[in-house]
Amino acid sequence: MPSFILRAANRVLVGLILVFSVYLLLRGHNAPGGGFSAALVAATGFALFTIAEGPQPVRRALRIDPLVWVAWGLLLAIGSGLLAVVAGQPFLTGLWWPTDSPTGTPAVGTPLVFDVGIFLVVLGTILTLVLNLEER
Amino acid sequence: MQRTDSIIIGRLTALLPLVIFVGLCSWVPAAVSDGAVSLSWDWVPGIGVNLDVAVDGLSVLFGLIITGTGVFVVLFSADYMAGHRHYARFFAFLHLFLLAMLGLVLADNLITLFVFWELTTLFSYLLIGFDNQNESARGHARQALLVTGAGGLALLIGFLMIGGIVGTYRLSALAEQSRILQQHAHYFFILAMVLIGAFTKSAQFPFHFWLPNAMAAPTPISAFLHSATMVKAGIYLLARFHPVLGGTEAWMGTLVVVGGVTALLGAVLAVGQSDLKRMLAYTTIMALGILVMFLGGKTTPALTAAVTFLLVHSLYKSALFLVVGIIDHETGTREVESIGGLIRSMPITTFGAATAAMSMAGFPLFLGFIGKEIMYAGALTEEMFPVFATTAAVLSNALMAAVAGTIAIRPFLGRPQQTPKTPHEAPAGMWLGPAAIGALGLIFGIFPDWVGRWLVQPAVAAFHPTVEQVQLKLYHGFNEPLLLSILTMALGLCLYLVRRSIRGWMADLMTRLPVTGDRLYEMGMAATARSAAGLTRLIQNGSLHRYLLTIIGVFTLATAGVWTLNATAFPALLHLPSLPISQWLLVILMATALGVVVVARSRVLAVCALGVVGSGAALIFLVYGAPDLALTQLLVETLTLIIVAIVLLRLPPLDKTSAARPPGRWFDGLVAVSTGTLVALLTLAVTSGPLDRQLTAFFEENSLIAAHGRNIVNVILVDFRSLDTLGEIVVVATAGLAGFSLLARRRR
Repeated sequence: MPSFILRAANRVLVGLILVFSVYLLLRGHNAPGGGFSAALVAATGFALFTIAEGPQPVRRALRIDPLVWVAWGLLLAIGSGLLAVVAGQPFLTGLWWPTDSPTGTPAVGTPLVFDVGIFLVVLGTILTLVLNLEER
Repeated sequence: MQRTDSIIIGRLTALLPLVIFVGLCSWVPAAVSDGAVSLSWDWVPGIGVNLDVAVDGLSVLFGLIITGTGVFVVLFSADYMAGHRHYARFFAFLHLFLLAMLGLVLADNLITLFVFWELTTLFSYLLIGFDNQNESARGHARQALLVTGAGGLALLIGFLMIGGIVGTYRLSALAEQSRILQQHAHYFFILAMVLIGAFTKSAQFPFHFWLPNAMAAPTPISAFLHSATMVKAGIYLLARFHPVLGGTEAWMGTLVVVGGVTALLGAVLAVGQSDLKRMLAYTTIMALGILVMFLGGKTTPALTAAVTFLLVHSLYKSALFLVVGIIDHETGTREVESIGGLIRSMPITTFGAATAAMSMAGFPLFLGFIGKEIMYAGALTEEMFPVFATTAAVLSNALMAAVAGTIAIRPFLGRPQQTPKTPHEAPAGMWLGPAAIGALGLIFGIFPDWVGRWLVQPAVAAFHPTVEQVQLKLYHGFNEPLLLSILTMALGLCLYLVRRSIRGWMADLMTRLPVTGDRLYEMGMAATARSAAGLTRLIQNGSLHRYLLTIIGVFTLATAGVWTLNATAFPALLHLPSLPISQWLLVILMATALGVVVVARSRVLAVCALGVVGSGAALIFLVYGAPDLALTQLLVETLTLIIVAIVLLRLPPLDKTSAARPPGRWFDGLVAVSTGTLVALLTLAVTSGPLDRQLTAFFEENSLIAAHGRNIVNVILVDFRSLDTLGEIVVVATAGLAGFSLLARRRR
C-alpha cells in the first residue's frame, strides 16, 4: 500500500504537472518545450498517479485507452500535413492563420496541430507501457 | 441471405466478364485491319512506368478467352459453390483475378505487366488455398505461390535489365530494339530470367510439379486459372517476347527441348492417373509444353500452330474441367474406375464432354483436328530439332487421344455404377458452360477459315509481322500432316486399350524415381525452415544482455575499424580544460555515480546511480546553452527511472544472474570501456575541426520568418523536418503497440 503522504501529494501534484505540460506544449514554438517534452512531463504526472493509486483509477480518469490516443495522435499529425495538400502545397507544409496578423506573427498554425499529434503519440505510448507493466 | 438469392446474385456477376467480352469483340475488326490500338495514362512517369494499354490481335485473343470462359465459369460457380461459407469471397477473388489477368494481356509496359503478373499469382494462391481449413490445400497454395513467385522475381530482374539497356519499358517499342538486346553481353542472362518467369508460370519441366497440386482449388478455378488463363500467361509472355528475344539458337533450342520434354512428360503422367481432375491437370502440362515448343520456332506455320492450339486447348480443357466438376458434384467421386453409365442420367453434360473430348482427341470436323494438322505442319518446319519436335507432338497427341477416350467414354458409357451420390443432371447454370464451349469447338471446326481470319491470323501478326499467312482449312490434301494425323489416331486407340497396364507401370515407376521436383521442393522447404530456426536460436536467444552486447560490440568494432582505415589524423591527446570549480564538481559527481553503478549489488541502487549520471549530463547541456536538450534529457531520465524501477523490482537480485559472474563481468566491462573511449575520441575528432555552421545559420535566419517560431529546435521538429518527425512518431507508436502486445500476452 502506497504511503499516505504520497497519495495526498499526488492529489495536488498531478494537476499541477498536467497544467505545466499543457503550458510546455503551447509555448514550444517560441521557448523551450514542445510536444515531446510536454508528453514526457504529462507521462511523469500520470506515472506518479499510477504509483500512488494503482493503474485502475488512472484508467478510469483517462476514460479512453491510451493506445487509442496513439492512433488519434498519428491521425492528427498526418491530418495536419494533409491540410497543406488540400490547400495545394506540399505535404506537411505549415499553414498559418490569420495571414494578416497585426503583430506580424500569426496566432495558430498546423505545426501546433502536428505538435499535439506528437504529444498524444508519445504520451499514449508511455502510458500504455506503464499501465500494462503495473497491471501485471 | 437465402441460398437461391445468393445463387442469382452469383450468376448476375457474370455480367462483368460478359460486358468486357462484348467490348473486346468490338475491337476485333480494328485489330484485324490496323494492328495495335494503344492508350496511355501516366502512372510513375519519373521512372518510365505508365499505365500503357495496347490492344492488338494477341491481346484481343487472350482477352476473349479470359472473358469468354470467365462468363461460363462464373455461371458454373454460382451453383457449384452454392451454400459455401465464403461464397461472396469466392466471387470477389474470381473477378479480381479476371481483371488482373486482363490487365496482364493488355499492358504495354513491362512494369505494369509485371504488377498484373504478380497479382494473378496472388489470386491463384488465394484460390488454390480457398478451402483454408484444409492443411494440404494451404500447402499446395504456398507451393504454387513460391514457385511462380520466385519465377516472377526472375522476370522482374529480366525486365529491369531490358529497361536499363534499351531505355524504355514500353513493350511495343522493344521489337525495334531486338538487335541491341540480342547482341548485348547480358543477352543470355536476360533470356534466362525471362524464360524462368515464363516456365514457372506455365508449369514447364522442371517447375511443372506445382500445377497438379494446384488442383486443390475448387474445380471451376482449375478450369479457369489453371487451364484456360493464368498458366497461359507464360505462353503470352513468350509470344510477346518472340520478336524481342526470340529467333536466336538459344531461344529456339531451349524452348523446343523444354517444351517437348514437358509435353511428353505431361502426356505420359496423364495416362497414369485415375483421378479425373489430376488427369486433366497433367494434360494441361502437356498442352503448355506443346505451346512452348511451337513458340520456339520462327516460321509462320509453327507460330500459327501455337496460337491455334492455344485457342483449341482453352476451349476443350475448360469444358472438360467443368464436366469433371459436374461429375464430382453430382456423383461424389472423381475416380474414373468407379463411375459409369452417366449418359442416362446427365445427357447434356455427356454432350459437352463428348464434343470437348473429340476436339481434344483431334477428330475431323472439330477444332482440335485443325489444330493438330497445323501443329504437324509447324513441327516439320521447326528450325531446331524438327525430328524431336515432330515425334514429341505425335506421341503427346496420341497419349492425349487416349486420355480423351478415358475421360469421355469411361464415365458416360457402360453399366451405371454405385456412386456416393445418385447422379442426376446438373443445374442449367452448370451444364451451360461445357455444352456451349463444346459446341463452339464443333462450330469453329466446321468454319476454320473464319477462326483463322478473325482470331488466329491477327494474333500471329501481332508478334510475327509477315505477309505470308497460313490458312486454317478442313482439308489440306493428302500430305504429311494428314498421314501423321492418321498415325496419331491409330496410336491413340492402341494406348487407350492398354491404358490400365500403363497406369500400373506408371504407379510402379513413380515410387522408384529417386528425385522429383516435388521432393526437391519439400527438401528445400525443410532446409529453409531448419536454417531459419538455427539462425533464430543464434541471434534471437531471448537474452537482453546478449542483444545489447552484440549491438554495442558490432558498433564499436565496425566504427573503430572504418575509422582506423580511413582517418587521416587522430585527435590530439587529452589536455585538461580550464573549467570553473562547479563544473569540475559535476564531473566528479557523475564519475562517482558511475562507480556506484558498477559495484552496486542491488538493482534499485544501480538504477538510481544511473539516474544521477543522466541528470548530470542534463546539467552539462544546460551549462552549455541547450535548454531544450537539457529539459528532454532530464525528463527522459526521470521516466526511465520510473519505468525501470517498475520492471526491476520484479527481477532477481543482480548477483544471481549469469552476467554477474567474474569472466562475464570483465568482458562486459571491456566492451563498455572501449565503446566509451571510442565515442569520446570520435567526439574530440569531430569538434577539433572547424564546425560547419551553414545549417545552423539557415535555421536561425528562417525560423521566425518562414515558420513563425523562435524556438529553433521545435521549429525544426514540427516544421522544417516534420516528415522525419512523422516517421519517428510512427516508430514510437509501433514500439508502443509491440510493447503492449508483449505485455498483454504475458499477463493472460
